[in-house]
Amino acid sequence: MTDILTIKHLRVEGHPPGGAYVPIVKDVSLNVGKGEVLALIGESGSGKSTISLAAMGFARPGCRIAQGEVWLNGRDIMALSPRDRHALRGDEVSYVAQSAAASFNPALRIGRQVIEAPLWHGAGDASTLTADAVNLYRKLDLPNPETVGQKFPHQVSGGQLQRLMAAMAMSCGPDLMILDEPTTALDVTTQIEVLKAFKDIIRDQGTAAIYVTHDLAVVAQVADRILVLKNGEMVEAGPTDQILHDPQRDYTKTLMAAVRPAPHLVNHRDTVAARPPVVSARTLTAGYGTVTVLSDVSIDVPAASVVGVIGESGCGKSTLARVVAGLTPLRKGEIMLDGKAVAPNLADRPREALKDCQIVFQMADTALNPRHRISDILGRPLEFYQGRKGSARADRVGDLLELVDLPRSFASRYPGELSGGQKQRINLARALAADPKVILCDEVTSALDTVVAAGVIDLLKALKDRLGVAYMFISHDLSTVASFADEVVVLYAGRVVEKGPSKAVFSPPFHPYTKLLLSSVPEMQQGWLEGVANTIEAKAASAGSVVIGAKGCPFSNRCALAIAGTCETVVPPVRELSGGLQIACHLAADHLPLS
Amino acid sequence: MSDTSDIVAPRKPTFAGLRLTRTAIFAGSVLLFWLVLALFGPWIAPHGEAEIISGQTFAPIGEGGLLGTDKLGRDVLSRLIYGVRTTLLLALVTTVISFAIGVTLGFAAAILKGWFDIVVSRIVEAFMAFPSTLLALVVIGAFGTSITVLVLTVGLVLSTSVFRVSRALGYDIGVMDFVEAARARGEGTWWILTREILPNSTAPLIAEFGLRFTFSILFLSGLSFLGLGVQEPAADWGLMVQENVGGLFLGSSAALIPAACIASLTVSMNLLVDWFQQRQQGETVLEKIDQ
Repeated sequence: MTDILTIKHLRVEGHPPGGAYVPIVKDVSLNVGKGEVLALIGESGSGKSTISLAAMGFARPGCRIAQGEVWLNGRDIMALSPRDRHALRGDEVSYVAQSAAASFNPALRIGRQVIEAPLWHGAGDASTLTADAVNLYRKLDLPNPETVGQKFPHQVSGGQLQRLMAAMAMSCGPDLMILDEPTTALDVTTQIEVLKAFKDIIRDQGTAAIYVTHDLAVVAQVADRILVLKNGEMVEAGPTDQILHDPQRDYTKTLMAAVRPAPHLVNHRDTVAARPPVVSARTLTAGYGTVTVLSDVSIDVPAASVVGVIGESGCGKSTLARVVAGLTPLRKGEIMLDGKAVAPNLADRPREALKDCQIVFQMADTALNPRHRISDILGRPLEFYQGRKGSARADRVGDLLELVDLPRSFASRYPGELSGGQKQRINLARALAADPKVILCDEVTSALDTVVAAGVIDLLKALKDRLGVAYMFISHDLSTVASFADEVVVLYAGRVVEKGPSKAVFSPPFHPYTKLLLSSVPEMQQGWLEGVANTIEAKAASAGSVVIGAKGCPFSNRCALAIAGTCETVVPPVRELSGGLQIACHLAADHLPLS
Repeated sequence: MSDTSDIVAPRKPTFAGLRLTRTAIFAGSVLLFWLVLALFGPWIAPHGEAEIISGQTFAPIGEGGLLGTDKLGRDVLSRLIYGVRTTLLLALVTTVISFAIGVTLGFAAAILKGWFDIVVSRIVEAFMAFPSTLLALVVIGAFGTSITVLVLTVGLVLSTSVFRVSRALGYDIGVMDFVEAARARGEGTWWILTREILPNSTAPLIAEFGLRFTFSILFLSGLSFLGLGVQEPAADWGLMVQENVGGLFLGSSAALIPAACIASLTVSMNLLVDWFQQRQQGETVLEKIDQ
């Protein structure tokens, strides 16, 4: 096999302003052959994106390629002039970024942006290039390939935009395509269509590809070979099969161990005996401006247990947490905390009610005031709720740090001196400082690396057992919820479509949407993608997009089992099934999907 | 599994990481030089502020005084040294007034939102739509040329842009999660403003202070030049330019020297602000490299 790209002994250095250069990537060598997909995996900070950029002869501002050779199609591109290197980009090598939404110019039509690069390279005139682009759209399975180029970026869905980004990257027929976490920002159901499109087009065009990701299950679907990176150094390289099933190095083994089993493979605990609810919300309806984000949502969180809230982005999960915390105004409905009705607006709630219900946000960085020391961040709720001052306060701050497995000495630090996982632990400790009955966890592990996230989940479990605190655990990651929650609520377009004990929710019968979600979670086996992408459910789901404020069942436009004439006009009834399961669907109980 | 062993380079959110560049040292030295002159002026100046030392008006450099004499035969050097006092002090007071008004109203508008924000913002926009020099001319014309009126008017005019900056900062920081967390805890508006938002606004506000200070010097000098600012016999750089502009035709540099001094002060201040802002942005570049 001829190599399209060869990188030899690459060393990339970066420098903090005014500081000396420090290495980010150390002595990395790799090669990618024609039609081959090489996956770069590792945690954030492992240098995987830096390497992929270096493959184009590019280093971010503040960084430089200090050493090594980058051979593309038999030419050392580091030896080329900047102008020649520029000419190469788009033509021979192209790049797909993580966020398609941020990569498209919102003011220009999509078609014009897709043909921009070939036009610049002089590959033809606008009309022939547009015809080529339409062919690409068709290959990428985009709906309405003839007209999609006429649209503006905001008029298509996130998954479609990511595929259009691939079309843009393919428009010059590059020999090498670099995909930097192209599906990380997408929901699981959307991820499937995008992965499928990428895989097909790479195979059809015989393009070599570098696929950067931290998601091993995704790697299993697309990669031929894997390169594992840590702190800018190569840990292990080999064929996908070997790395996934027979990792040699300890670090790779740790990575594999942090991957959670698919939701239906988890052994669920039996339902715990009924406990009084600490949060009991009835028929919550809320929204922003004229948009209704939550409609008629009822949820109970029993004491000392975990209620998982799952659903795709835009389904109202975060709004639910904000409404319960009193941050977002309520239009209708009632919230009870610990058996007592509380005002919907937090300004009207007594301090006792505020103390009982704490919230932890997704972005650990922005949830901590960068100008406050950890001792102040944790000390303030102690002072505010319990009136602790001086040494009593300082002692308790130390205890809280120990509670979340951090050294007491962290009290004098600033948030900027902590890693992402450590910051999230501080956020958790701040919530615990109030001595709450329930903590609303809004995607608390979503922004963390797999291994770090697993550590935070283990901590949450330990704290629940030790302190008897309950969690409302909001996440789009089904595997995490399945391994952790006692009860699960499935939200779709602001409505509850299914709820009940985890065991019942994650086993048949399913709501059609729950089934789609479950079957969309990538599994760590090669060939899984082809099997799932061709099912009727997946095809029906990719045809439509989420509609907020639908008249009947919100899922009817994406449901393979929808009953024409009923589902899109009538709000579905809630069916009470055995084991405490509730499913909102027009299908009779014995017609609900089973597997 | 725990991630507590992670080694993270200490990165304090303070100004400790500010490294001096050659430009910053140069600009800082110029400012320091003027500051020392302002503080010890009366002891340094060879003659009195309004003392006539020579019968020769518009004496060239080296004759009469070190930097020549002005239109009344006063020592240009001494007036320059006394003038820096007036210029710096007035600029400082007006900038402080503009910040007191602008920051208070700006953050109040960002936090209270609603009708308060709408009303104050519209009033400020109305002020901004009016040419600032014209506005000052009208006000000073109506209330007379006293230092108090001058300082209050210029402070008010400058406060409009301070308001815009503070309001934007308040809005930006007000939606951050740590502010939400404080709100969810039940903290009052005062705590959120002084403990959560203000500490995170210091860097942009310092930069804004520098810019407003510069603008204030130029504005006050402009007003003095028009005869609406500081009145004779007090010394002020803008006034000195106006007094001696007639000397230009006689080949005197008495008007050019104070003009050059104004330039040195404002350019240095601007360079310092630029350096400070670049350093602040440098921090965010570092964060990107981290990932």
